[in-house]
Amino acid sequence: MNPIAHSPHAHAPVSIGKVMGTVLLALTPATLFGFWLYGWPAINLWAVSLLAAIAGEAFAVRLQGRALRPVLLDGSGILTAWLLAISLPPFAPWWIAALGSLFAVVIGKQVFGGLGQNVFNPAMAARVMLLISFPLEMTTWVAPAPLGSAHAPGWLDSLRITFMSQPLDGMASASLLGHVKTEFTRGVGLDQALVGYYAPLDALWGSRAGSLGETAALLILLGGLFLIARRIITWHAPVAMLLGAAVPALVFNAVDGSHYAGPMYHLLSGGLMLGAFFIVTDPVTSPNTATGQLIFGFGCGLMTWIIRTWGGYPEGVAFAVMIMNTVTPLIDQYVKPRIYGRDRKGAALAAKG
Amino acid sequence: MLNSRPVRPFSLNQSKEPAVLAQRRSWFDRVATNGLFKLRGGVHPEGRKDLSAERDIRVLPLPKKLFVPLQQHIGAPATPVVKVGERVLKGQLLAAAQGAVSSSVHAPTSGVIAALGDFPAPHPSGLPVPTITLESDGADKWIATETVADPFALPPEDIAARVAAAGIVGLGGATFPAALKLNLSRSSGVQTLIMNGGECEPYLTCDDRIMRERAAQIVEGIRLIAMAVDAQEALVGIEDNKPEAVAAMRAAAQGTAVKVVAMPSMYPMGSEKQIIQVLTGKEIPAGGRPADIGVLVHNVATAFAVQQAIRHGRPLVSRIVTISGAAIRTACNVEALVGTPVQELIEFAGGYAQPAARLVLGGPMMGQQFTNTGVPVVKGTSGVLALTASEIGQAEASPCIRCSTCVRACPVGLLPLEMASRIRASDLAGAVAFGLKDCIACGSCSYVCPAHIPLVHYFNYAKGDLAAQERARLKQEATRKLADARSERIARIERERAEAAARRKAAREAKERAAKEAAAKAATEAA
Repeated sequence: MNPIAHSPHAHAPVSIGKVMGTVLLALTPATLFGFWLYGWPAINLWAVSLLAAIAGEAFAVRLQGRALRPVLLDGSGILTAWLLAISLPPFAPWWIAALGSLFAVVIGKQVFGGLGQNVFNPAMAARVMLLISFPLEMTTWVAPAPLGSAHAPGWLDSLRITFMSQPLDGMASASLLGHVKTEFTRGVGLDQALVGYYAPLDALWGSRAGSLGETAALLILLGGLFLIARRIITWHAPVAMLLGAAVPALVFNAVDGSHYAGPMYHLLSGGLMLGAFFIVTDPVTSPNTATGQLIFGFGCGLMTWIIRTWGGYPEGVAFAVMIMNTVTPLIDQYVKPRIYGRDRKGAALAAKG
Repeated sequence: MLNSRPVRPFSLNQSKEPAVLAQRRSWFDRVATNGLFKLRGGVHPEGRKDLSAERDIRVLPLPKKLFVPLQQHIGAPATPVVKVGERVLKGQLLAAAQGAVSSSVHAPTSGVIAALGDFPAPHPSGLPVPTITLESDGADKWIATETVADPFALPPEDIAARVAAAGIVGLGGATFPAALKLNLSRSSGVQTLIMNGGECEPYLTCDDRIMRERAAQIVEGIRLIAMAVDAQEALVGIEDNKPEAVAAMRAAAQGTAVKVVAMPSMYPMGSEKQIIQVLTGKEIPAGGRPADIGVLVHNVATAFAVQQAIRHGRPLVSRIVTISGAAIRTACNVEALVGTPVQELIEFAGGYAQPAARLVLGGPMMGQQFTNTGVPVVKGTSGVLALTASEIGQAEASPCIRCSTCVRACPVGLLPLEMASRIRASDLAGAVAFGLKDCIACGSCSYVCPAHIPLVHYFNYAKGDLAAQERARLKQEATRKLADARSERIARIERERAEAAARRKAAREAKERAAKEAAAKAATEAA
């Protein structure tokens, strides 16, 4: 006789693979835009990241003696590698991508026990590791040279850039955040630093120097809205993160405009949009409840703003997310839903309510 | 005291009944939810009610043999009052309620008692339970029943007594003896009677059909129940995916104090706690009963059974059952006699159109799997489902990604993922701290889980473990008390013995002393 199955005898047509697949789909427009913007080296980098993640995950799972298929098919390793890849400088050498991906899936995830067990967002942990260990490679940016344009590197050139770390001639550029940070240290005020460097429309479209797939704020926003519409994520953490960065920016910019950039500058530069819709919504490392996610998201935004404004690094999202990841268990400990028939402290409600 | 009580609408002529709906609601709530309160969490399982909703209730052909279990309710099994070989008429008492929480069982048709013994129960275990086997004589002849011309003239206490005599239990699935609920509610003062016409389980349409086809009797039953408990208002909550049932019930309730409310369709709307929350905004305190907040909840099919019992004197011997699922050839609703083997229902519906991956009694969300189609329909059987594998949609469990979909789905405000992780780590106390005991096992969390983790299974397992621990603790305590009593008794006997010995010794010594003194006195006197 068959073993007796437990209720419910109906299940929603969902699976982890479908969830991850939907997120990948939402990332595709911004990624394709990045491929077009930065050309073949970006595609190489993306491919190396994914291959390294699959190989690394297979190795780690084999080492643990677990079944390979379900782990590789759930799509979580690919998503991690994809998120890491689009947060890298597009002309970074191959070993940055490979090392980062291996670190993300092996140290960032499998060492903690695999999917669902990790404390830190694996992609962000890998990015922070790379940034600290290889600051030069991680902050060498290029000006956009869309595929087919005169400056775009050819396919052979792209192989040399990615796999032989050929130096870039004439294409190096600073990201907006990096440029402003440098100008500040030289004593140049914000109003001057931004001249000729910051056009909000460019930032919105993503046509600027920056990471592979995080410059197109609009496409990332559309991907995020798609995920909200498909109920893969909720609005809480993203909106809270955007507010967490925009509110202090608004206040400080109003007080001293020459030292503190305004909210649009923060919202549209660096990895804030990507962080808001694809990083702080990572289910594994974010709190369980809507209120918890509001706190978590706001904290991520605020920390990002603080690091960008006063910290030593121009970019803050990866650090901010990792810092807030450490607080997630604490938030979950204190922010719980009220149970039916009980008050917030867990005592039964009074009769005759 | 008696004079200060407000005029109760249901104890009077129906034309004077005022329609009242509690208005303890904020302006925001009314605007946001059309006068109703919001249900927290909940899921929208795929409906599948279309399979059977448009089919009139048909009466199942009389089966040759009926298997009537003695326990078709929560509480103690009933005690048989018939012998093997005895002829019985339809509606005759077969077994009488036994103890405080129990319900009587009646003959579903006329015939001969063929056996009185164990028969497989309609339960996942399929274990045999005490059952009366009745061989039908084909006449289906009713016992002489008492018809009441004006049931509203009956003293309210009589209603509960007649409901008890008719063996009526909650037909929504919980099978709590209905009369007991009436008495408890009467003693604790119920203001609001809520009739549950939610029927939020996918596939099930038995309540939908009974409300469409027998609305007048249901409304009379509701008014009788309201009169029995002296309620001030009676609300019928029906999910808005049953517009015909809402219309039929509204038409039947015209001119009475019974108010029919269309509620949003959301699982588990038909759960007692949730329907109270949506209609009144009140919550039952943890560990309490609806009566604690002045509410009584009954299922609409129970109201029909009450009306039949009070007006026609007919005990509960049949019920409406939905036969459905993609594996069934012709899904439909039937009026089946209690005790009818499930196999006959499946055959009546044309048998299987495709191989059934799973057979379920009740709805797919909370129903129970069964494997033996010989088991009988009982008072609590709302559905017989034959589901295909694709309908069940169950897959191998994968790791929890803490996506908190289950948290959003839980109508009680629990954290299913945290409870499950505690249970996996054998930390029952931790699971209880997260609200394990408040779980209503509605299955919303399991339904939506993208990792296909059998969360309800975890919780039921843990609840079972807790109950076993509790039983063991009580047993241990009882043993300890007995042992303590024994050692105390032994000590007391020893003490009493010692005291008695001491008393005897003292008496002997006193005697000897007296004798000595007497001898000494005699000696001195003699000297």
